[in-house]
Amino acid sequence: MIEDRTSEIALIHRAQAQSLKKEQIRQKLWVSLMWFFGLITVAILIMVVGYVLVQGGKAISWDFLSTAPKGGISGEGGISTTVATTFYLVGLTLLVATPLGVGAAVFLIEYAGEQSLSSKFLRSVISVANFAVETLAGIPSIIFGLFGYALFVSTLKFGFSLLSAALAGACLVLPTIIRTTEEALRAVPDDYRRGSLALGATKWQTLYRIVLPAGLPGIITGIILSVGRVISETAIFYVTLGGSYRLPTSIMDGGRTLALHLYYLAMDTRAFDKAMGTGAVLVVMIILINLLIDLVSRKLTAGVRKVR
Amino acid sequence: MNDSKLETIDYSLYYGKYRALKDITIKIPENKVTALIGPSGCGKSTFLRSFNRMNDLIPGVHTEGSVLIDGEDIFKIDPVALRQNVGMVFQKPNPFPKSIFENVAYGPRVTGLKDHHKLEEIVERSLRSAALWNEVKDNLGKPGLDLSGGQQQRLCIARALAVEPTVILMDEPAASLDPIATLKIEDLIHELSANYTIVIVTHNMQQAGRVSDYTAFFYTDETRTGQLVEFSETKTLFTNPRDRRTEDYITGRFG
Repeated sequence: MIEDRTSEIALIHRAQAQSLKKEQIRQKLWVSLMWFFGLITVAILIMVVGYVLVQGGKAISWDFLSTAPKGGISGEGGISTTVATTFYLVGLTLLVATPLGVGAAVFLIEYAGEQSLSSKFLRSVISVANFAVETLAGIPSIIFGLFGYALFVSTLKFGFSLLSAALAGACLVLPTIIRTTEEALRAVPDDYRRGSLALGATKWQTLYRIVLPAGLPGIITGIILSVGRVISETAIFYVTLGGSYRLPTSIMDGGRTLALHLYYLAMDTRAFDKAMGTGAVLVVMIILINLLIDLVSRKLTAGVRKVR
Repeated sequence: MNDSKLETIDYSLYYGKYRALKDITIKIPENKVTALIGPSGCGKSTFLRSFNRMNDLIPGVHTEGSVLIDGEDIFKIDPVALRQNVGMVFQKPNPFPKSIFENVAYGPRVTGLKDHHKLEEIVERSLRSAALWNEVKDNLGKPGLDLSGGQQQRLCIARALAVEPTVILMDEPAASLDPIATLKIEDLIHELSANYTIVIVTHNMQQAGRVSDYTAFFYTDETRTGQLVEFSETKTLFTNPRDRRTEDYITGRFG
């Protein structure tokens, strides 16, 4: 009886060992496949970025960066005014989008919950708002462009201008800012809110003295993401900012961002080298922005770890 | 027991339709430590939160009966003003992500105090009262979250004291602390009871025996509605309980 049991266990062990060997081979196969896919992805990225940087690098010189484009079929001149226009547009867009987006997120996270309890109407407004943010985030930028063209450029008669482009751009980045701010506020532990309220702070004091500072890194991440978005979009600004390569002197002037200039150079001129140079500058800017996001969000997670 | 600081009369609390507390009448004496004990889910923490209206923050809560502080209906007092008078210490230490100094100065600051000398004075006095001053006086700029768990909890007590409350509510203040840190908190509670009315929820009956002057035993049956079974001097309740359920609980027959 006991002998039987012992040999049975030995059999089971042998079967387990065989199966383990098979599973280990299978695992190795899959892992190497994953490695392969991963390497291909990295290779593609390096090829694209590398090609643009190497090809574009040849066109880049101090002259190229510091002189204004001169227009024409051969794409004479540099990119100075388009760099300036890019910065103007980024600044103006964020000036509009940040207060709106952060305010909306604060309302949705900190206030909407309790207010929706008291009224059915408010509850439905809030669920529509949430759905709208969700949907807006997935709409192609040219749709915002068409909307901006119809409303700001023609109806409100702002024309092709920094103002029209910034307002349309704000619509474009609003969902991003709302989303990241919501995430940041959700990550702030309720213990902080309760602790503050229990000390006799009002809800507003709790919000601006405790909750917003604790969520700040996340909110900043959202703003930086939006900067990247404004820098890299073309379609939406093509129909709202126009294409003048001159330096805008007021918010009612049109202009060209770097990305837009790149588009014009590639489509309307023979200056492919300069298009590449512009592309290289753009890529470097985007890489810098991503590094900045990385830095900020690492700070954010460090803060979260401390809470526990 | 005539000098009651806090009082409830036929007080009931509902989460939506579910009744969490039923007809609780109690008089909590001034400048004494009152412990609320009872099995999990008997509503003692909910009852504690009634005194600073923290239950107001929970959706769907409504109450019946009255809760009085110094004879005044707390639902007629602005919750912000009430909470400046009735401080609270939570189960999990929850210092703000700010410096030790700013944690303690937070309460006075939100009530409008800006004078830095006055703030320094309050911070020192509060940290001394919370028996934390000697450990942190050279590091007031250090983040409160860098302190140990027990120190964090004493920081939270100092933070509550800085607002000059007359009542301090404590919701299992030592539940997440090691035995030595727990002992320090218990000593502190004992010292504070000279000047403050303290109500403490605890799961630990030895703790209730050690720190409190009065003990209230809460109990719940299958309905999960909490009720007050017995309230008397701690010594009496532990040595000579009137109710069978109290006796069963304190002798460890359930809970």
